[in-house]
Amino acid sequence: MAYAAGVDVGSTQTKAIILDESKRIVGRALTATGANVIRAAEQAFQEALQSGDLPEAEVEYVVGTGYGRYKVTFGNAQVTEISCHGRGAVHLFPGTRTVLDMGGQDTKAIRVAVTGEIIDFCMNDKCAAGTGRFLGAAASALDIPLPELGPTALRGERPVKISTTCTVFAESEVLSWLGKGKKIEDILLGVHQSIAARSVGLLRRVGVEDQVTFTGGVARNQAMIEALDARLGLKTNVSEESHFMGALGAALFALDRILASRAPAASIPAAS
Amino acid sequence: MNYTAGIDVGSTYTKAVILSEDLRIVGRALEPTGFKLASMAERTLERAIAEAGISRQDVAYIITTGFGRHQTTISDTQVTDLTASARGAAFLFPGTRTVLDVGGQTMKASRLEPDATVKGFRLNDKCAAGTGAFLEKTARYLGYRTEEIGPLVATSKQAVPISGVCAVFAESEVINQLSEGTPPADIMHGAIVSLVGRSVQLMKRVSMEPEFTLIGGIMRFEKMVTVVKEQLRQSVNVPPGDLVQFTPALGAALLGQRRLVKLAASPAGGGG
Repeated sequence: MAYAAGVDVGSTQTKAIILDESKRIVGRALTATGANVIRAAEQAFQEALQSGDLPEAEVEYVVGTGYGRYKVTFGNAQVTEISCHGRGAVHLFPGTRTVLDMGGQDTKAIRVAVTGEIIDFCMNDKCAAGTGRFLGAAASALDIPLPELGPTALRGERPVKISTTCTVFAESEVLSWLGKGKKIEDILLGVHQSIAARSVGLLRRVGVEDQVTFTGGVARNQAMIEALDARLGLKTNVSEESHFMGALGAALFALDRILASRAPAASIPAAS
Repeated sequence: MNYTAGIDVGSTYTKAVILSEDLRIVGRALEPTGFKLASMAERTLERAIAEAGISRQDVAYIITTGFGRHQTTISDTQVTDLTASARGAAFLFPGTRTVLDVGGQTMKASRLEPDATVKGFRLNDKCAAGTGAFLEKTARYLGYRTEEIGPLVATSKQAVPISGVCAVFAESEVINQLSEGTPPADIMHGAIVSLVGRSVQLMKRVSMEPEFTLIGGIMRFEKMVTVVKEQLRQSVNVPPGDLVQFTPALGAALLGQRRLVKLAASPAGGGG
């Protein structure tokens, strides 16, 4: 059996996915990227092998993606995370035409063709507003662990209006709302709505076409999904794999290469 | 003797100045603004009055300025911080035509008429990369406190390039520089060069002209002033000592004295 691997080295976390020839996920792992990016990539890959009890020798092709994709020293090729998120999203939700990828340090809006090819994209990489860091700032200002942000915001009823753009100033705005006696739930609901509004602005720059698939680490946050859906006026696709979408796309590209290398000799029909 | 008070309710600090009829500063005080703006303004005023050795009844006119000027209840009138800064800067340096004010959460550039009225201005309060918060964040990433920025950067021999695009993303830049063995002082120096670059851009947009007067708490860092001079290739005025932080409060108190003179001259006035 031949396997294909995708390793997504993100700014905050490194994700690895291993696929078998029928595109089934047979191994996966997630690790903090930290300062040693090369080691994080290796570790994620090795842990993914272990999770599926797979021999390394049978992994025929590895594609690296994410900002640290060139640090995947054992990778056979590198593909941008934009292509990988597009590919992964269309694989899981074939109706996908627009992808919003919200990660720890940047947010990307991507338009994809029926084939999964990228038509256009737009990203927020010069300013931390509207990225996962905005949530991080709110979490540290309010002293709430990140995973509890979403559930807390979901209990909000009267969202405050967050007026600052800058993530640094948002910290003091959050504290000033607290000083004015607003409930943490309502402040956090406001924070989520503010990020959703900014993301929808980014999406409109590439054009929003149904269906929209929401990927990236922040897509695990139910309050963000709801704020985004409300702002867009449609229901976004969210997969349990949203966090692994880049690695999944990379592994799919790796599988393409494996199958393509065999095609002339064995004339295996293209996978569905 | 009629005294006036100028209170500058800034985003980070509240400053008060007591001015005598012969335009001498007889008292001043500075307190962190916090979230209870009205009571903090009151407290800062009380402290300045105590320092002047006068009583509250001796203060015939109070003008507030700064972002929180409308949230206090003690003032006879309010003026914008641009008007107050212009008045204060021109009092200290009558040749002032361009004022640069870099505060904790804002950066302002204004052009002055010879009579100290504001001809035009530009401000940034949307992005921390263009304010003192950028230096505070950089210091924090380096493991230094805000008060340590001055002594730290004084030891720098050469600035390293810091992109200064976003105060949040600067963190990874700072970490990269540290891991390459760059001295913290040179990184801090780089952050100052980047911030000054932004301030020169802002001043260009108001068609800057000498003389230049620099105000705001950040200007207490000698390196900040040196770098402004380098980039402008011009000499600059800087109010002595901590007066650099009190310029808008001084301007407000000066406007108060002018108002008293007008009130005394008008038929209905005379009291105070």
